[in-house]
Amino acid sequence: MARKPLINAPAPHTAGALGTAAVMRQVLYTTLPGLATLVWLFGAGPLLNVLWAALVALAAEALMLRLRGRPLALHLSDGSALVTGVLLGLSLPPGSPWWLILIGSGFAIMVAKQLYGGLGMNPFNPAMVGYVVLLVSFPLAMTRWAEPGQPFSLSHSLSLFLDLPGADGFSGATPLDTFRTWVGNAPLLAEQPILHGHVAGAGWEWVNLAFLAGGLYLLARRVIGWRIPVGVLLGLAAPAVVANLVDPLRFAGPLFHLFSGATMLGAFFIATDPVSASTTPRGRLIYALLIGVLVWVIRSFGGYPDALAFAVLLLNLAVPFIDYYTRPTAYGHRSKRQ
Amino acid sequence: MIRHLWTRARRSESEYDFPGGVHPPAHKARSNAAPIRVGPPPDRLVLPLNMHLGAPARPRVTVGERVLKGQRIADAQGTVSTSVHASTSGTVVAIGPHPVPGTAAGDALCIVIDSDGEDRWGPLEPWPDYRRAAPTELVQRLRQAGIAGLGGAGFPSAAKTRLGEGQRVHTLIINAAECEPYITADDRLMRERAGQIAIGIDILQHLLNPSRTLIGIEDDKPEAIDALRAAMSERDCELRVVPTRYPSGGEKQLIQLLTGLEIASGTLPSQAGVVCQNVATAYAIKRAVIDGEPLISRITTVTGDAVARPGNYEVLLGTPVEQLLQHAGLDRHRLVRLLMGGPMMGFTLSDTSVPVVKISNCLIAADARELPEPPPEQACIRCGDCATVCPASLLPQQLYWHARCDQFERARQNDLIDCIECGACAYVCPSHIPLVHYYRYAKQALRAHDDEQIKADRARLRFEARQARLEREQAEKEQRRRARLEANRDRAAATSAAPDHHGGNQKKQLGRAITAYKAAQRAAATAEAQGAANAVELRQRASDLKQQADRLQGRAPQADTAPSGVVAAAPKATPTATASDQRERRLKALKSAYGRAHKQYKQAHAALQRAQRAQAEHPQSNDHNDVAGMEQRVAQLKARADQERAALDTLMEQAKSDLQQRAGKDLKTLKVEAARAEVALRRHAERLRAGRDSADTDTLRRWDAELKQLEREAHRSREALTQAVRAQGLVED
Ligand code: SF4
Ligand code: SF4
Repeated sequence: MARKPLINAPAPHTAGALGTAAVMRQVLYTTLPGLATLVWLFGAGPLLNVLWAALVALAAEALMLRLRGRPLALHLSDGSALVTGVLLGLSLPPGSPWWLILIGSGFAIMVAKQLYGGLGMNPFNPAMVGYVVLLVSFPLAMTRWAEPGQPFSLSHSLSLFLDLPGADGFSGATPLDTFRTWVGNAPLLAEQPILHGHVAGAGWEWVNLAFLAGGLYLLARRVIGWRIPVGVLLGLAAPAVVANLVDPLRFAGPLFHLFSGATMLGAFFIATDPVSASTTPRGRLIYALLIGVLVWVIRSFGGYPDALAFAVLLLNLAVPFIDYYTRPTAYGHRSKRQ
Repeated sequence: MIRHLWTRARRSESEYDFPGGVHPPAHKARSNAAPIRVGPPPDRLVLPLNMHLGAPARPRVTVGERVLKGQRIADAQGTVSTSVHASTSGTVVAIGPHPVPGTAAGDALCIVIDSDGEDRWGPLEPWPDYRRAAPTELVQRLRQAGIAGLGGAGFPSAAKTRLGEGQRVHTLIINAAECEPYITADDRLMRERAGQIAIGIDILQHLLNPSRTLIGIEDDKPEAIDALRAAMSERDCELRVVPTRYPSGGEKQLIQLLTGLEIASGTLPSQAGVVCQNVATAYAIKRAVIDGEPLISRITTVTGDAVARPGNYEVLLGTPVEQLLQHAGLDRHRLVRLLMGGPMMGFTLSDTSVPVVKISNCLIAADARELPEPPPEQACIRCGDCATVCPASLLPQQLYWHARCDQFERARQNDLIDCIECGACAYVCPSHIPLVHYYRYAKQALRAHDDEQIKADRARLRFEARQARLEREQAEKEQRRRARLEANRDRAAATSAAPDHHGGNQKKQLGRAITAYKAAQRAAATAEAQGAANAVELRQRASDLKQQADRLQGRAPQADTAPSGVVAAAPKATPTATASDQRERRLKALKSAYGRAHKQYKQAHAALQRAQRAQAEHPQSNDHNDVAGMEQRVAQLKARADQERAALDTLMEQAKSDLQQRAGKDLKTLKVEAARAEVALRRHAERLRAGRDSADTDTLRRWDAELKQLEREAHRSREALTQAVRAQGLVED
């Protein structure tokens, strides 16, 4: 009787982790409420963004893997390219033309990820690299957001996406833009309807709440750790509270900051990208706090209305440094190192 | 206050905690329901000589010998070792290699016994009144009874309880945590035999005299907790229930959890006054001391979906795993993975003929659904989960990178050695990287590298010692030879006045001088290589002899024609080596002597550091006795290097002050002058070249003359410098 040989494997023999692919899947599912809210507010544009960006990301990943002679199935199945594409798609203004997304998503995967050696090797968050490349190259297209709550029809969204001639008609700015425009002017600030939603800026508050809900689910399922989201939100809210107390006309309040722009998306989905974040437990908290503070600083004093992408990339740069100085003291070395 | 609340919140009876940890599914209910059953009566026993950690035991039986149950068949040898006993009566049929279980699977020396089926005990020697025995006697008894840690590591208990001079144990910890999933052997043992465990603890207390005794147990064993509590009620011992979390049963983690103490890296808990013993070991100690029964059986959990009757079995050591599994109702067709130990730290068995040994606390026969093939390893996404759960506060991900890139020294700097291989990191890794596998590989490589270094260091020390002896002998011989040579030369000088043979004499002299020089040269070279104290003298003598030989050689051709009187006078007339020449040679010799001495010191120092590091990392291995010797040697070499340096410095100083006196200038001034002249010369040459086309002939001529003058001056100062340097024996370098 020919018996199959017994499995010979190193310990441990059970795995408690979901697996990278499962983690990525969970992340994808939990972005859905946010995406749905965006669609509700802006029409089909965000959905087109996400689908197209994801498709481009997958294609770019496959192309690069082939060029680098890596096993396609194994690496594509980890789902990381898909997540990069989706996150980039979620960050782009609705009505972005197809070529813009193609450039951003392609650059994110090909240059920011694969040229650095693929998953796990990229020092920068690929989605944010793609975003910043677009923001710097096409500043106009990247800052034109439609009025939330007045969604475009499907045909309008499509013609914008396909960049058909005559398809135009942007109006409105985000709450962050509006605040910047009228900063310091009490009556005018009070007149802007977009600044006065239920919790924060109208419309955008729902987007942020939806991403918060998804993020809390990830946290509860322990797909992400608490340090990064809590750090980012705290780093953003703390200076906002202080500054708002000092000069409420010049500095928006913490709620406004927390529920505007890409705050929740960034705190729960973007800054938590494990590859480009700090790896030590203490380092992660510092990393996240600094992202939060930097977002507040750039929003309050910088030239761009939102700042998440820049803050994340800048902190990516600081990761080796943070990691080095936050190395935990190994067991049995407490007396030696102190 | 806060700490108290925190303790309450964790439902822990200990106010301390350890970092990290994981909560793998327990799977304990399957095997902890039924009482302990008797294991299968084996037909054949295979008893490895290294069932424990440390040096293997040495057989004391021969093939064909009849043995009784409990008879000692192999003796402990070395400080960290323990004995082996026949677990049943029968005949020794083989002593040789046999497959044994272990992480590094393979064959090891085993004693194989064919059972005679009678299971007849040999004479036992119970010590019910152990309190009369001195601690050393008790330790000896544990060693002869073959007691080793039954928790899974197999560390010989005698080595753990033998205290050094003046060593005190303030805390005795009884490890009842049993934190690994699946395993319930200790759980059942505590439920059924708590009384005997308590007596075992009494014995340990008597042996170690600790100020307090703590029992650490996880809160998932309520029945065992009750049983222990009842057994310990009258005793001076605290039972601490801690929350279930892997690896709270790791020795270092349990110590930290119960006492808040951290055992410094590279030291043993006993050095910090803590001794930790497993409950099953305490039970075995009771059997060994009170009943006189050596360690010949243990409780092993047999579980997994591929066995019909999971539970705990009291198994004779040496029973083949195959037989135990059959006994528990193994379905061979369902079995895909067989583990010895728990799922976190256990190892796979591919051969079921291996025996149950002292560390075999569990066998898991899993089917494909229970423990499927590990998923493919993917790229590390730097998620840091591994660092969050590491109980040793390491950065597993960093260690993984270093191990993967074969940067073992970097891994060492990141405290790889402090990894307890608990597997918590690999358990949570979303990329399914077998991290522990990488760590073992890196540790092995480091260990091999260290061993190599130590071996090389030792060989060098031996070689140097031998070399030193030879040098000494040779130098003495050389001295005698030289005396003889001198006598010969005197004789030759005296006889060469005679007209005949003077040419031949001369040649003979020359030949002798050359031989003498060569011998001296050799002696000096070897003396230097060894760093002998008289190397400098030898080197100087060698160069004296060389000069002598040169002189003779220079005269040899004329000798044939020259009048004999000249020849006779010659030795006296030849200018002897000037003082500065001598000094130059001496300086040279001193310099190289210092260089060598310094190098030797450096090497010995590095060797010492390596040896010390090795000792710190593998404290239980006892082949580092030569550290003290090395320390002494390093000190000696350093002293010698310093001495050479001092001699060199004195000589240099002397040379410098001589120069100052004679030339009125010191070397630095001379150097500056020479350099200045050089610069002036170059500048003039530059001017001349530039002005060649523009300036008139007279000017050019004047410049040319000036240039010539400068050239002469530069030459002069250069000469002065070289001369001064040479004359004072200040070798330029
Ligand atoms: S195996 Fe080593 S590195 Fe991994 S968690 Fe355990 S102690 Fe830490
Ligand atoms: S848990 Fe695995 S994937 Fe995550 S950082 Fe550690 S080694 Fe990398």
